[in-house]
Amino acid sequence: MRRGNVYLLIFIVALFGFALWSIVPLDRNVFGREGLRLGLDLAGGSYLVYQTDVSYIEPEYRDEIIEGVKGVIERRINALGITESIVQIQKHEGEYNIVIQLPGIADIEKAKEMVGLFTVLEFKEQDAEGNWVPATGTATVDGEEKELVLSSRYFKENTYPTIDQTTGETLLIFYWDETGAQLSKQITTRLLGKQLAIFLGDNLIKAPTVQSVIEDKGQITGLSLADATELSELLNAGRIDVPLGRWANEEFEPNVPLYERTVDATLGADSIRKSLTAAGIGILMLLLFMLLYYRLPGLVACLSLGIYGVVLLAIFKIVPVTLTLPGVAGFILSLGMAVDANVLIFERTKEELRGGRSLGAAVEAGFNRAWTAIRDSNITTFIACLILFWLGGELGALMVRGFALTLFIGVALSMFTAITVTRTFLRLIIGSQVVTNLAAYGVTHSKQ
Amino acid sequence: MIDFVGKKQWFFLISGIIVVIAIVSLVISQIQIKSPLRLGIDFTGGTSMILQISPAVEQGQLRQEIAELGYDEARIQDAGEGNFIIYTREITSKDARELAEKLGAELDSQVEIIDYYLVSGTVAAETARNAVIAVIIAAVAMLFYIVWAFRRMPSPFRWGTCAIIALIHDVFIIVGIFSILGWLAGVAIDALFITGLLAVVGYSINNTVVVFDRIRENVSRHIRPDFAETVNDSLIETLGRCLNTTLTTLFVLLALYIFGGATIHYFVLVLLIGVIIGTYSSICISSQLLVVWEKREWRALLPFIKRTA
Repeated sequence: MRRGNVYLLIFIVALFGFALWSIVPLDRNVFGREGLRLGLDLAGGSYLVYQTDVSYIEPEYRDEIIEGVKGVIERRINALGITESIVQIQKHEGEYNIVIQLPGIADIEKAKEMVGLFTVLEFKEQDAEGNWVPATGTATVDGEEKELVLSSRYFKENTYPTIDQTTGETLLIFYWDETGAQLSKQITTRLLGKQLAIFLGDNLIKAPTVQSVIEDKGQITGLSLADATELSELLNAGRIDVPLGRWANEEFEPNVPLYERTVDATLGADSIRKSLTAAGIGILMLLLFMLLYYRLPGLVACLSLGIYGVVLLAIFKIVPVTLTLPGVAGFILSLGMAVDANVLIFERTKEELRGGRSLGAAVEAGFNRAWTAIRDSNITTFIACLILFWLGGELGALMVRGFALTLFIGVALSMFTAITVTRTFLRLIIGSQVVTNLAAYGVTHSKQ
Repeated sequence: MIDFVGKKQWFFLISGIIVVIAIVSLVISQIQIKSPLRLGIDFTGGTSMILQISPAVEQGQLRQEIAELGYDEARIQDAGEGNFIIYTREITSKDARELAEKLGAELDSQVEIIDYYLVSGTVAAETARNAVIAVIIAAVAMLFYIVWAFRRMPSPFRWGTCAIIALIHDVFIIVGIFSILGWLAGVAIDALFITGLLAVVGYSINNTVVVFDRIRENVSRHIRPDFAETVNDSLIETLGRCLNTTLTTLFVLLALYIFGGATIHYFVLVLLIGVIIGTYSSICISSQLLVVWEKREWRALLPFIKRTA
């Protein structure tokens, strides 16, 4: 037994042990360590992609402003009590997409509404026909005079709900910033004795009559305490400086997502169950075939496949790779392909044995000869994976990326297990001379 | 000893017939549904959802009710266990929920949306373009890789070209099958179809390279003077490996196809067909083309002419 093999064996056992330790338990909540990260098609949840309209922002400020929008969206979603959400920016040819993933969400409509609100509250007055139109005024901003619409854009971020001591009504207290104060003063002066309505999105909250000129501080009535609390958190989360929506024929449609997907958690659980059944049956058949056809090397291949599976799961967990349904398919497909490297080597070894070589020499020759085929063939699969990964990014399709990533990792690891693990095991078995009968290697006759 | 090379005209004939069928199907499809393949919502924009209906109803009844509610363009696929996949024009999640409620009342069942997916028509054209670009880039990248890997062989470009022709052959057959499924059974292709296709591209080339690798080795060992015999030897030597690898991959894919659930059904079907076709083409197409090219037997490509001549 050569010393190198023993070291390799120790390394393999240590790797296997570490991988096993890191994947058990697969389920979270047990011992507190994180489980495998599941995509929304397996765990349930929502996935939204919005385009943005950045046309009126100077190009050099766009990155910064979109980054700010991302932060505001995160805080707004947290204000809704949704935890573990992921908000990402996709920058692509000068355009910005916002990707929002909400796991296990109860009310997607609410979340969409909150995320989509460009300005949360708008102030409106009635025109001559009695229609509500945005209340506008002029204000001096950075030394320039501008015509602006009065909205919660100009609230300071310190609103709070409270209860009126005398009436028992819920109040939402807010303060105007510098611009807001100028606008409010003008508008309330103009509308004294008339109605000034407050809209949340398209919904009219209240249309009180203006009693006095308001300059610095205001209050909103007509909300329940719960609504007022939520609204206040939303307002304090900050404002979204660019509208979210999608581009259609050069026109920007606000609040309409580019992609939207919502998967029920029960469907996800069902998919997991079905994938596990399929994987179990497929792997069982595969192992049985290897054992029956290749005998002893087949057994070794089964062992190294076992190590392959465990290490692969560990990589998924440590990186971490988000597992999606196509990703699972990629994993299972890579198991099938992982066998390929072993098959290549064993077929080669059998040929060498038939050619009359000794066991040890045949195994070494089998590995060496098969190596170029394994290398060249797998590199083409890597190329396909890389292109798929790019395509998935272009499409905003997480499923495509998931498949490409799992297949790539799977094929790379399969090369390692076949070359290192299988070879070490076989060398050790041959070196120990426990099994010398050629029939155990699937060869019935040799030329000698 | 099996004489693969001697039967190459038969292989070309069979593949030729299949490719012609594929082209005919693409034309029929273009005439019938105005597109060579039935395009799913990833390419056209629209909404797909899975409805869970309990107690389950007949598909025909569901189709009728959905049409009466104003979605007569909807396509419905029975996913089993009371689940139905519905493809419609773009409807917002709010309207979808309303639709489910009305359906529940009409069908007197509990109707729940367990999967809702909306794709804007605005990105759909870009998606289709990117998918085509991806397949072309993949083919070119692999051509370059094979030319590089076989750079020590005389005329490495030839090896690359033969592998790519076999690859295009594989893609054509899969596209043809899905075209037939499209106008015959209403099966639409989606982003996962492209994913499967690219995976097959990788797998098919993988197989071809294994066979080519053996031919390369046998050529440089000068065992036989005749190139055709060398190729045949190489095919026989790699046959065991090719069949076994295909079998093991088929085991896991078949299990996924049968037990894996409706959402990835057609995705796995692409992989299944691709694995079989990819193995066939590496033995019967790419290697044979190599022989034809080496021997300048171009007439072998046209078996009919040779027969009648």
